[in-house]
Amino acid sequence: MTDSLDQIFVTLKHWLLSGLDDLLKWLEVAPPGWSMPLVSIVLSLAPILMVFPALFAITTVLERKGLGRIQNRYGPNRVGPFGFLQFAADGIKALIKEDLVPRAADKVVHFIAPVILVITAFTVYAVLPFGRNMVAADLDAGLLFFFAVGAASELAVFMAGWSSRNKYALLGAMRAIAQMVSYEIPLILSSVAVVMITGTLSLTKIVEAQSTHAGLLPDWFVFTPWGFMGFTLFMIAANAELNRSPFDLPEGESEIIAGYFIEYSGFKFALFFLSEYLSMFALSGLGITLFLGGWNAPFAALDFIPSWAWFFAKLLALIFLFIWTRGTLPRLRQDQLMNLAWKFMIPMVLVNLVAAALWHFTGPGWMRWLTSGALVVGAYMLLGKPQFESKDIGKRTYRFAD
Amino acid sequence: MNLPFAIIAAVIVAAATAAMTLRNLVHSSLAVAVAFGGLALAYLYLDAQFVGLTQILVYVGAVAILIVFAVLLTRGGEPPEKCIFSATWFWGLLITVAVFATLAWCVMHSFASRRDPSDKVEVTVKQIGDALMTKFVLPLEVIGLLLTAALIGAVIIAMREEKK
Amino acid sequence: MLGTGIIKGMAETARNFLGSYVSREHLTTVQYPEERSPQIENARQFPFLVFDGDDPIKGLRCVACQICEKECPPKCIYIVKSKDKRVDYKGQSQFYPARFDIDLSVCMSCQICVEVCPFESIKMDTAYELSTTDRFGGLMADKHQLAKSNEHYRHIHPTDAALSDAALAVEVAKAKAVAEAKAKAAITTTVSPQPVAAT
Repeated sequence: MTDSLDQIFVTLKHWLLSGLDDLLKWLEVAPPGWSMPLVSIVLSLAPILMVFPALFAITTVLERKGLGRIQNRYGPNRVGPFGFLQFAADGIKALIKEDLVPRAADKVVHFIAPVILVITAFTVYAVLPFGRNMVAADLDAGLLFFFAVGAASELAVFMAGWSSRNKYALLGAMRAIAQMVSYEIPLILSSVAVVMITGTLSLTKIVEAQSTHAGLLPDWFVFTPWGFMGFTLFMIAANAELNRSPFDLPEGESEIIAGYFIEYSGFKFALFFLSEYLSMFALSGLGITLFLGGWNAPFAALDFIPSWAWFFAKLLALIFLFIWTRGTLPRLRQDQLMNLAWKFMIPMVLVNLVAAALWHFTGPGWMRWLTSGALVVGAYMLLGKPQFESKDIGKRTYRFAD
Repeated sequence: MNLPFAIIAAVIVAAATAAMTLRNLVHSSLAVAVAFGGLALAYLYLDAQFVGLTQILVYVGAVAILIVFAVLLTRGGEPPEKCIFSATWFWGLLITVAVFATLAWCVMHSFASRRDPSDKVEVTVKQIGDALMTKFVLPLEVIGLLLTAALIGAVIIAMREEKK
Repeated sequence: MLGTGIIKGMAETARNFLGSYVSREHLTTVQYPEERSPQIENARQFPFLVFDGDDPIKGLRCVACQICEKECPPKCIYIVKSKDKRVDYKGQSQFYPARFDIDLSVCMSCQICVEVCPFESIKMDTAYELSTTDRFGGLMADKHQLAKSNEHYRHIHPTDAALSDAALAVEVAKAKAVAEAKAKAAITTTVSPQPVAAT
């Protein structure tokens, strides 16, 4: 029973495929050879294209409500029960708004940019394992695929900012690219530690490597010294990749209004938000896959809950973490942003690689906890000290433009 | 020669031509990015997953961005008024044809072209990694050293000069 | 240590987040159209004209002296003085405003008209839901719309209204005394025809 519930979506797909096959046989139509794989691909992708935009819709409401509660407000509570239909109102509003394109804008590039952003945001889901046997494309180099496609979105951000012919848009695009290029290194390097330990780039194999239990704790990588540090660095870097607060300089409402999508209106504007949230879910999903055991249940006793339910439970928890940090931390300054990336995150992530290697080669036992843990904690203390300790910055001086 | 390869090749050639002929520099660099992407598709089509994905990650994700940034930081985005063809286009063409002919000749007579395309080898990322760490470890280290030297050089150039 | 500040901040926001579900005191906002926060006594929005008695137009205290019209910084008051006179609340014969318009879209709620009015006849109202569908006609309030009873004034600004009422009572008493003196003088008019000047 539990197995059938766990595999319900896989079974459903097989049932649909064989049903279609039977129907075609009954109709005595011989489909061309490429058609059945195509149908299979469509059946794998359709749930992704439905579930994650739906999650986006719900998350927008939940985020606004959560931020409201953090600020001692109610948040949206007018449309539908408890305001949960707010996303429908927002969506309809975005759809019926006029689509304005600046006269000086580069029309073609201006149009393509949001499309590329949304396509890349959707494409990365192909390699994420949502549950047992539930992955659209089980690539051997799944992790590489994820980062490669994600990197293509940077160009789309630049296109959006440049084609708008607006100084704020260009500034936003420049900031976004500088930020994304800087934080992509810690993002990728923190996952490299996991690749080193598991010896594979395939995301399904990485999940499998975390499916065992050692004593009370499951063998998730987050429960190791290097894994915990890697997960922390991964989440910080992911936050920066997503341009979410406290790394929302590219959007900086108070300085450059909305950054690279200032000149977008109506549905294209909604597409930017869609892609932003889809990337957030995808990166959260990757963090779950790499460090939080993927779709594995935390305890063997809880295995009766389907694997996909665990994945989405963890996803919701990470989304909440994103919302929580957004509601807490103020925006960084550009130099602070770069300092954090180059003077703290990148050295830390390199030390983390060494810690992961130590963990691997020390062998099981308390020794590896000691060595790996001491290295991580020591590096954290050392790197964190010089630039983030509050120091006497002296009296404030002002410089005015001549 | 089959249809998908023909489409990919056409995209690459069209993007490369666009990169040469478009008047706006940013458009040209975007066309270069498309050409890079097409090349990645060609790799992927040839079942070279690792190379194809690395091509996207490095070229579309980093090199194209770098080109675009360099274009933006060095001159305005306004297209030039004068003719975009250089005065020595004829010699350039000649050299290009010569280089292309040499490369084509090399490829046609190489070991790879004589191999039977039907015996496909499934290459995993692990095998590539093992090969890099054993057979090709010296080139890897040399490249690493070169890149480190380049990085340090870049930092030194970009470093603010201390006021005496 | 690096990161302690972040953890403290996260704990603070978590406290607020959870607190908003536990106690209503955390939620400082009011669900506006259904419930309103009580207004403080000194709240002021736009001026209104005070009237006494039952008839809003006949009971207007305003004597169309036009001081407020002249003093109004954005010039949002428009007054047309009446041709005839009528008996005001003090029993004196006075002019009255034939027209008294205030353009609410121009008014900046400075209360200067209230400060300069010698007749306690223009006061600040607290009504704030003044949105209209008509941008030009809807925000132009004439004297029928502006006239509000003294009871209303007492209700919205009890302290000020008490002061105002006391001042008016003094005025009325003075006027009465003058009238009585006049009446007395009228009886003995054969002796001195000069009326007593009001002090």
